[in-house]
Amino acid sequence: MEDRNKKVAGGRRDFIRAGLGLAGGIALPGLSSHAWAADQAPIGTWPAGVKGNSVFIGIAVPRTGTYAVQGEDELKGWQLAVEHLNSGHPLIKQISPKSKKGGVLGKEVKIGVADSAAKPNNAVQAEQGFITQNHAMLMTGSTSSAVAVALNKLAQREKVLYVTGISGSNDTTGKDCVRYGFRQCFYGQTAAAAIGPVIVKAYGKNKKAAYLTPDYTYGHTVTKSCQDYLATAGWTTVTNQVAPLGAPDYSSYLLNVANSGADVLINVNWGHDAVLSTQQAQRFGILDKMKLVIPYQIPFLAPEVGNNLTAGVYAATDFWWTLQDQYPLAKMFVQEFEKKFGYKPEWGANNAYMSFALWAEAVENAGTFYPPDVIKSFEAGRKIQSTVGEVYFRKEDHQLVRPVFIVQGKKQSEMKGKEDFWTVLETVPGLPLMQKPDAFGCNLGDYT
Amino acid sequence: MISWSNFLSQLINGLALGALLALISSGLTIIYGTLGVLNLAHGAMFMIGGYAGFAAYQATGSFLVAVVAGSLAVMVLGIVMERVIIRHFYSRPHEDQILVTFGLGIVFVEAIRRIFGSESRLVPAPASMSGIVDLGFMMYPTYRLVLVGIVAVALLALYIVLYRTRLGMIVRAGIEDPVMVDSLGINVYRVFMVVFGIGAMAAGFSGIINAPVVSLTPEVGEAILVQTFVVVVIGGVGSFPGAVLGGLIAGEIVSITSMFNPGYAYVMLFAAMTLVLMIRPRGLFGAIGRE
Repeated sequence: MEDRNKKVAGGRRDFIRAGLGLAGGIALPGLSSHAWAADQAPIGTWPAGVKGNSVFIGIAVPRTGTYAVQGEDELKGWQLAVEHLNSGHPLIKQISPKSKKGGVLGKEVKIGVADSAAKPNNAVQAEQGFITQNHAMLMTGSTSSAVAVALNKLAQREKVLYVTGISGSNDTTGKDCVRYGFRQCFYGQTAAAAIGPVIVKAYGKNKKAAYLTPDYTYGHTVTKSCQDYLATAGWTTVTNQVAPLGAPDYSSYLLNVANSGADVLINVNWGHDAVLSTQQAQRFGILDKMKLVIPYQIPFLAPEVGNNLTAGVYAATDFWWTLQDQYPLAKMFVQEFEKKFGYKPEWGANNAYMSFALWAEAVENAGTFYPPDVIKSFEAGRKIQSTVGEVYFRKEDHQLVRPVFIVQGKKQSEMKGKEDFWTVLETVPGLPLMQKPDAFGCNLGDYT
Repeated sequence: MISWSNFLSQLINGLALGALLALISSGLTIIYGTLGVLNLAHGAMFMIGGYAGFAAYQATGSFLVAVVAGSLAVMVLGIVMERVIIRHFYSRPHEDQILVTFGLGIVFVEAIRRIFGSESRLVPAPASMSGIVDLGFMMYPTYRLVLVGIVAVALLALYIVLYRTRLGMIVRAGIEDPVMVDSLGINVYRVFMVVFGIGAMAAGFSGIINAPVVSLTPEVGEAILVQTFVVVVIGGVGSFPGAVLGGLIAGEIVSITSMFNPGYAYVMLFAAMTLVLMIRPRGLFGAIGRE
């Protein structure tokens, strides 16, 4: 009897230990990412990374987890960009006129891809591997600003350039900006300033808003930017439901929303979290009573939740494929992408493609891969042709100055094809949407 | 935000959340309580139940067929797993069991991703159960209310099988003294296989009946698995009633906390588990010996 008791008690402890280990393992994978390698190169991976006839780019993108669907789309954008860089495609030449066949500065571009699962530690570990093993000259990735901020810090510490993937937090080019990091896409501040006037016009002044906010830098800053803008029109926040990334169920949050008396539901959740929370909001009858607003567009939201839920919904976005009617480069990009992958690219893919093209443009103009020179080339403020017209990097915070687009969901009857989910309502020029360069506490740090 | 109507809404919602957690956790606890194997593939099996049901729903358009298919598919998977892999691990250390089942879980998730992709998949509730009920103080999805009833019936069925049938008796006897049961002419290891199948079926059944509530992704089992562990630890490891009570407590904690501060809903779940472990380390219903 005693023996058995002992065995079972031990078994219980094992069980609990395993459970805790599992929880910890899921929450905090890879705590051992602090073993920085001593690099012998004069700066970062330079010149070790350019000694051969190729240059390596490390990509850490979510292929599993809440942001997996968006991550795959981004990855395709990068793959297409690399193909175009190496083949000297006309589209790349339009963006980066000095680019020629055979890669960047005559070196073939090669990539390594790792799954970040949208977790900062996974991403940092993967990029650290690309830096030490492959002498990566450029890093990219993130479909989560938590990852972007972590990779910003890694980039600055390792002195290896980093172009963000999708990252909507104000912090990425705000308080967590770095000299070695650059962002192509729109973010909380520009999204809120672009969509704010549209929804105030559509729904009126002095409205009550409920927010669904993912609990990390992206969610907090986008919600804050929306609240700040809408407060100027007398809007109040009646509830802000903060949920962890990858929450399995939104019912309890949604009941709070349902009981809040809000007029408008602003869903800041992203990826699968946005899909699930939007579907569940409908099942709780919330979307019958409140208007849904998506301040930071979620690629593939409409096909996943069904366009009956997105019809009439306003969203701010970085790119939508029907912009091809406005921009010739967008037309080329959409055609090339669809030819290769069989569907219309989402904004993540465009962001990915453009971020590589802009890097190539900066390197070609610098005439060297030496990172401080490439950074200065980015910072030169050259006007560059892009898939959304003329753009340039703001030298004070490394944010691309680019338009933001307001789209509205189409009804089934309005759709001209199976991917025709959104109408582009407005093209909002970027610069007036942006905060002053130092307003979010950006201090870029050193070149070397 | 804190009003009586919201409090009552959250109380009911906690029950609905908890009922599902109770059912999933019961499968985990049955397997652990009887076989001593910690099945970390349980979350993945929950997920496969959903996908198998989804495939059946696509083929037939019937929710009932989907439920049967989801449950049976995972039961068969469980039995195959037990025959081919798990039985070799009965006498091995817990660490080995944890590693092999964790590994199987990863394989299942990625296999499903390979077949169905990462995009979410939806199994709609039957028309008669979809829609919204107006309870006066709140609007609530009909299917979630029905779900509480479905889970209650399923838990009762499990209880009867395990505690009121000959099979259940043999199972419990086999745990106490497999050699003796074996010498009485009963094939204990076959019984173990059946238990694994039943536990797996509970996971599969939960997965498909939960599919209309969430939309399926390959990761749908991951977050649930962690919560399930919390439930089992609160309720008492290996205890069937403990899993049920633990599930309901966990559901209420998440719902009620969200009313005060949504950011702490899941944090409080772990805080509650810590509290239980400090005050009553064996869990609420945990016995010193196995039942």
